[in-house]
Amino acid sequence: MKKKIGNQTIIFPSKPCVIGFYTVGGIKEGKGNLQEYLDFILEDDNFGEKTFEKAERKILEETMTKAIEKSKLKPEDIDMLVGGDLLNQIVASSFSAREFNTSFLGLYGACSTMAESIAVGACLIDGQFFKNVLCSTGSHFSSAERQYRFPLELGNQRPPCSQWTVTGAGSTVLSDKGSKIRVVSSTFGKVTDYGIKDVNNMGAAMAPAAMSSFVAHFEATNTKPSDYDLILTGDLGKLGSEIFIDLMENKNYKMGANYSDCGHMFFKNNQKTFQGASGSGCSAMVLNSYVFKQMQKGKFKRVLFGATGALLSTTSSQQGDSIPGICHVVEFEGGHE
Amino acid sequence: MDAVERNKQYNKYVEAKTPQTKNFPTLIYAYLVGGFICMIGQGIFDAIAAIFPTMGVDAINAWMLIILIFMASFLTGIGIYDKIGVFAGAGSIVPITGFSNSVTSPAIEFKKEGITFGLCAKMFTVAGPVIVNGLIVSFIVGIIYLFL
Repeated sequence: MKKKIGNQTIIFPSKPCVIGFYTVGGIKEGKGNLQEYLDFILEDDNFGEKTFEKAERKILEETMTKAIEKSKLKPEDIDMLVGGDLLNQIVASSFSAREFNTSFLGLYGACSTMAESIAVGACLIDGQFFKNVLCSTGSHFSSAERQYRFPLELGNQRPPCSQWTVTGAGSTVLSDKGSKIRVVSSTFGKVTDYGIKDVNNMGAAMAPAAMSSFVAHFEATNTKPSDYDLILTGDLGKLGSEIFIDLMENKNYKMGANYSDCGHMFFKNNQKTFQGASGSGCSAMVLNSYVFKQMQKGKFKRVLFGATGALLSTTSSQQGDSIPGICHVVEFEGGHE
Repeated sequence: MDAVERNKQYNKYVEAKTPQTKNFPTLIYAYLVGGFICMIGQGIFDAIAAIFPTMGVDAINAWMLIILIFMASFLTGIGIYDKIGVFAGAGSIVPITGFSNSVTSPAIEFKKEGITFGLCAKMFTVAGPVIVNGLIVSFIVGIIYLFL
């Protein structure tokens, strides 16, 4: 059976199931809009560790372990780990994977990693290569700041177009059966670059990638935005999602009230994050808390989730290169459990 | 439409849509905080001059700067200076206290990678350009003075 429809889109006839999910959020994240949906909120962003990088790793490990527990599997039942993070050489993910006696595929899709890992995981299950796949990603505000920007204690100002990298992680356990939340199809994004060079304006850099992948998905599946209960873009933020709506309109797709953006919905207005949240943990946390929990309750039946990533490094931007973006789209369907 | 033209139009559109920093309020905050820091400096200067009447102006200046630098470094260490910076912008960056903050903050941040390759090596990542440019400019000014 042909599973590829269109140029970038594949369908999963076996519809892999989301059987477990878990999220951990930092202090600031716990005070945001996801407060009641997050499974665990940290009392200390260091999570008892000495460095931010070690804390990020521990947060990721925690979500992985608890997601497996929630899916009522044992760690040895998981036969593949898929994931990545924002740190150089994706050390948080690979070091977390060290704690599990399981195969590991490290991915780097920047903030799009959650969608990328679910899409890859669903392929592995639908192809009947693996039975239970754990997909995870996370980020940490402080480790991202020191890697991409300035030391935390430096007294500088953030521009109004900037976003806030979240502290937290999310993990999803996919399996061949056992749940009503299922992965139906997926569109793998193309690297898209519209020449934005401002590293503080990630939303504008990633919006064209989101547009490209969503248009590809709508065309391939012959659907339109109003066919879905919820459409989520990754962490475009407030500005980025407004740009995305405009770009989609140019392509004759009208985004309605069912459209939202993970970055934009993440924090409350009084949390001073300007355009909202970002970081690979952002879309991972929104998906694994709010979206899946609402799907379980039957509020959303058909969800389109497209996490976006900015594929830059500090070196590339210092050398004057523009910021390429990517967006992977995953379609879920669910019913009341 | 070719990619170059598309990117040009997109950048133009994004620029128009992107919110800009509000210049007027930030100027006021910077002026007030910057002025207040200078006032503290003047206060320290006057206090030293009152306590040690025999001390020369150059020596008083040096002590005043040392005290300001220490205060900023201390406030950075206890996590207050960056909060002032968020509010004050250039007001807390331009005075010598900002320089102190820009040396102390990477020192704290990179201490975790060890004393030599962390703290010592990364200490001037933010302040380095200021030092280099300061040296170059003072060299040029020195040359000009030589011929005046």
